[in-house]
Amino acid sequence: MKRVYVNEKWCLGCHLCEYYCAFAASGEKDMARALKDIAINPRIRIEERDDISFAVSCRHCREPLCVKSCLTGALTAQDGVIAIDGERCVGCYTCILVCPYGAVSPSENGAVQKCELCVKNTGSPACVKGCPNGAIVYEERG
Amino acid sequence: MRYVIIGNGAAGVGGAEGIRSRDKDGEVTIISAEGARIYSRPLISYLVAGKVADSGMDYRPADFYERNNCKVTGERAAAVDAKGKAVILEGGARVPYDKLLVAAGSSPFVPPFEGLDTVKGKYSFSSLADARALGAALAPHKKALIIGAGLIGLKCAEGISEKVASITVTDIAPRILSSILDEGGAAAVARHIEGKGVSFRLSSSVKRFEPGTAYLESGEAIAFDLLVTAVGVRPNTALLKGVADTDRGIIINARSETSAPDIYAAGDCAQALDASSGESKVMALLPNAYMQGECAGVNMAGGEKSFDKAVPMNAVGFFGLHIITAGNYTGNVRAAGEGDGYKRLFYSDNRLNGYIMVGDVGKAGIYTSLLRDGTPLDTLDFEQICEKPGLMAFTSKARQEKLGEAR
Ligand SMILES: Cc1cc2nc3c(=O)[nH]c(=O)nc-3n(C[C@H](O)[C@H](O)[C@H](O)COP(=O)(O)OP(=O)(O)OC[C@H]3O[C@@H](n4cnc5c(N)ncnc54)[C@H](O)[C@@H]3O)c2cc1C
Repeated sequence: MKRVYVNEKWCLGCHLCEYYCAFAASGEKDMARALKDIAINPRIRIEERDDISFAVSCRHCREPLCVKSCLTGALTAQDGVIAIDGERCVGCYTCILVCPYGAVSPSENGAVQKCELCVKNTGSPACVKGCPNGAIVYEERG
Repeated sequence: MRYVIIGNGAAGVGGAEGIRSRDKDGEVTIISAEGARIYSRPLISYLVAGKVADSGMDYRPADFYERNNCKVTGERAAAVDAKGKAVILEGGARVPYDKLLVAAGSSPFVPPFEGLDTVKGKYSFSSLADARALGAALAPHKKALIIGAGLIGLKCAEGISEKVASITVTDIAPRILSSILDEGGAAAVARHIEGKGVSFRLSSSVKRFEPGTAYLESGEAIAFDLLVTAVGVRPNTALLKGVADTDRGIIINARSETSAPDIYAAGDCAQALDASSGESKVMALLPNAYMQGECAGVNMAGGEKSFDKAVPMNAVGFFGLHIITAGNYTGNVRAAGEGDGYKRLFYSDNRLNGYIMVGDVGKAGIYTSLLRDGTPLDTLDFEQICEKPGLMAFTSKARQEKLGEAR
């Protein structure tokens, strides 16, 4: 299955992936309008310190601890894509307790949010399309 | 192949899904004392609060059993005949098995308080039926008394808080949530919950009950209309007493096998190795129940699966304040990254033993992974990870494996 992979040495720490993520999730047509005057809460996050930076988003694990641990059944694996049903999530944060990557985070509405590879919006990861330096790629690596 | 599962909870469903991941044709029978549709047990406090509707209680979609070709028998199992390889139902019918999974969960334990039998309006808080009974009794003029300031008692308090006049919670322990929080953490959470109108009587036990009144050891009398007992649960081991090794729970190994051939156990009724302490423990939590069940299912169907990473761990929130904890609170203590919240890390011998986070719980799973995997702390930047959980604290090689390879 295709997943998002990180090439740490190419990451510029520009945070564009975060903006493209937030834009894709907003459902708006115009990026400037969608993101104007808001603090974004993207599903992909840059970690940075000194001259190191890299993007972290859901790994879509084959043995997804978050799905197996979900108290309500809100997290499921659908053809390998780990999806969250915001209606069924009560925000207990058990997925945050178990995700070894720190890739699940609280959303504004009490449920959790995570990368779903843009399957519910643009169809393929907007963060990757927006990365100017190939520091994240969307490909098959077994 | 005939698979039989006793118990239609998270562990039972994990078992069914584990079996079906390898064997699409074998016969799967689930024996359920609680109806034919699985609900999410931790959601009962949300149901009582009106935050989740009846239809939102399902742990799996309505067509789960059909899709997985599982038969559900709505009758209680009375005994296991290990020699004859059959489960005997309460009505006397025999259900033969080739492989059996006991996923019978736990039952609330109600201590024998003096005068408890005279109390009207007393409830447990462990099942959908309990939640419905309690929910129907709630009224804005009623005073509630909850015995037990553990997870279940406090989840109940949160669930009923807007539907009763007052809530008092008593516990013999000197602090709330004594099994998952240390003193400082408990004090912070108690302040928050008190701020929502709940009063605590800690280090105090009930000496006796009269109808409508509890008398504490201290002499204080507490009047109540509703009584909820939530002092703890006990693993349902009776079915396998004399059949397989039991201690507090049914003893299982990393393959979820009991000591009896072809009999597996999982979930709240089982006792397994705690990967963070090396001790054998009942870890009565939904994630462990599901994963032990799934592991059992795969092995019952002839696969090879081992789940040796169970650790005590909790994610829970009360009135908007989130708490995440895992592992054991032994060794050196490190207070870090405080801000508004409360955070402690416990470590010794180059390993993280446990942690407590209250308030800011973001990325807690990175800490959990350290204790689940027993990661040597000298392989990462410990100072940095104490401040803030993140992948930055790992070496770039470790990070490359985590973020650059299929997981
Ligand atoms: C209010 C509340 C809040 C909770 N919150 C959390 C939380 O936040 N996080 C967390 O991790 N866990 C939480 N838990 C615990 C969690 O619900 C359990 O760990 C989990 O449900 C265990 O699953 P299980 O399948 O082992 O057992 P159960 O869910 O108890 O299922 C066992 C089933 O077996 C049935 N059974 C028993 N004996 C027989 C028999 N002889 N014949 C047939 N059927 C039988 C029982 O009726 C039951 O339906 C909470 C529990 C409660 C009550």
